[in-house]
Amino acid sequence: MALISDERLCDLSHDEIARYSRHLLLPEIGLEGQKRLKAAKVLIIGTGGLGAPLALYLAAAGIGEIGVADFDFVEASNLQRQIIHSTKDIGRPKTASAKDKVRGLNPGVKVTEYNVALTSANAMDIIKGYDVVADGTDNYQTRYLVNDACVMLKKPNVYGSVFQFEGQASVFYAEKGPCYRCLYPSPPPPGLVPSCAEGGVMGVLPGIVGIIQAGEVIKLIIGNDGKDSLIGRLLIFDQWRMKFRELKLDKDPKCPVCGEHPTISGLIDYELFCGLKPEKKELAYGTLTPFELKARLDSGEKIQIIDIREPHERAIAKFPEAKPMPIGQIARRCDELDPELDTVFICKIGTRSIFAINALFETGYSGKVYNLQDGINGWARDIDNSLPRY
Amino acid sequence: MSVSLLIPTALRGFAGGSAEIELEGATAGEVLAALAKRHPEIKEHLYEEDGNLRSFINVYVGDTNIKSLNGQDTAVKDGDSVILVPSIAGGGSWL
Ligand SMILES: [Zn+2]
Repeated sequence: MALISDERLCDLSHDEIARYSRHLLLPEIGLEGQKRLKAAKVLIIGTGGLGAPLALYLAAAGIGEIGVADFDFVEASNLQRQIIHSTKDIGRPKTASAKDKVRGLNPGVKVTEYNVALTSANAMDIIKGYDVVADGTDNYQTRYLVNDACVMLKKPNVYGSVFQFEGQASVFYAEKGPCYRCLYPSPPPPGLVPSCAEGGVMGVLPGIVGIIQAGEVIKLIIGNDGKDSLIGRLLIFDQWRMKFRELKLDKDPKCPVCGEHPTISGLIDYELFCGLKPEKKELAYGTLTPFELKARLDSGEKIQIIDIREPHERAIAKFPEAKPMPIGQIARRCDELDPELDTVFICKIGTRSIFAINALFETGYSGKVYNLQDGINGWARDIDNSLPRY
Repeated sequence: MSVSLLIPTALRGFAGGSAEIELEGATAGEVLAALAKRHPEIKEHLYEEDGNLRSFINVYVGDTNIKSLNGQDTAVKDGDSVILVPSIAGGGSWL
């Protein structure tokens, strides 16, 4: 059964026939396929690295209605890859900037902005009016939220994800194959895997993966019934080694949302599920703001400062008097620390350093340890403006 | 058996920076254990405290998930590729 029913199709104008001529010439798309694209409603979640090429190519392809959901504002550091936004858009809501760009490219596309965070409270209402969802988010709680809502609403979820030089793409469509939870039942605990804000990403990579997603969206709509789509297949892509691999995805009969006996039938608290609401427990380490660390250093106190960043990051911004110890070496080199002295761990934004501290405690370390809040970026912001923030 | 283990970007820092390592083992589990022995820092990324594989890392032998085969007991043969496929979440606005 076609995703877009025949009753929804209407004729193309002469202008549309001219605009979409190269699609109409493909027998796989043709007039009927283009009418389906015109009737289709696609929701793009996130207008960042993946959402940018998704929105542009789907608009160019003549999707009738595009929803864009994002609560964020354009920043300078987005422009290395989020090509739907321009320098003049810095500070604007991303959905507004995306809407302008889409309308400039194709005024025939109706754009709906959702300038809000997608949550358990609004996701079902937003998603239910669309035929296909394209997931271009960058965090686990939204990915599980989008997955579960799509399973419950029987919508295909066109998935893409990137990290550093590596991308993944698939189509999760529980009606015909596995869902995201069949592959990954639960997310990594916070801090175990660095985010892209810390780990970096090659700007071209989300472009490639987002365009793969756009292609899958179009194929689902023109109605080959998902046959040649990425349903049941996971594409993994290593940009640096320039290798694509295709892996089989099976539906998990025990999947809690799409399995034989689902245990989750409504949206849940995804922050809790992703471990982002830890129980209030006594932390084994303290936290210092940049101002507090500065005051202690100024008082002449002897403190060990450990920079857990990688060498290429230290080349961007060096922390004065810090001893470099990349996070992967903490356990092996813990003997180099003096437990008699207070120790402050620093990273880029103060999150990876918590993971490093936990790794240190696992070795049985007994000294007093602090985390520098907001990392070296915080230090550059509050104390030393001569350092760049990255 | 000598197989090549493919390491994703997110874990290379815990495996001496390697993208691909030749390892010995008769099963997927033995290959992973050989990796953890050579690079102890990667261990906590692969295993739960009870020794089970973490749920956000999938292990493939060729193009098939070991969850669909015999789990860590899945046999490997000379020349096979064992691939670690962790979940990654990036791609959105806040990258
Ligand atoms: Zn599932």
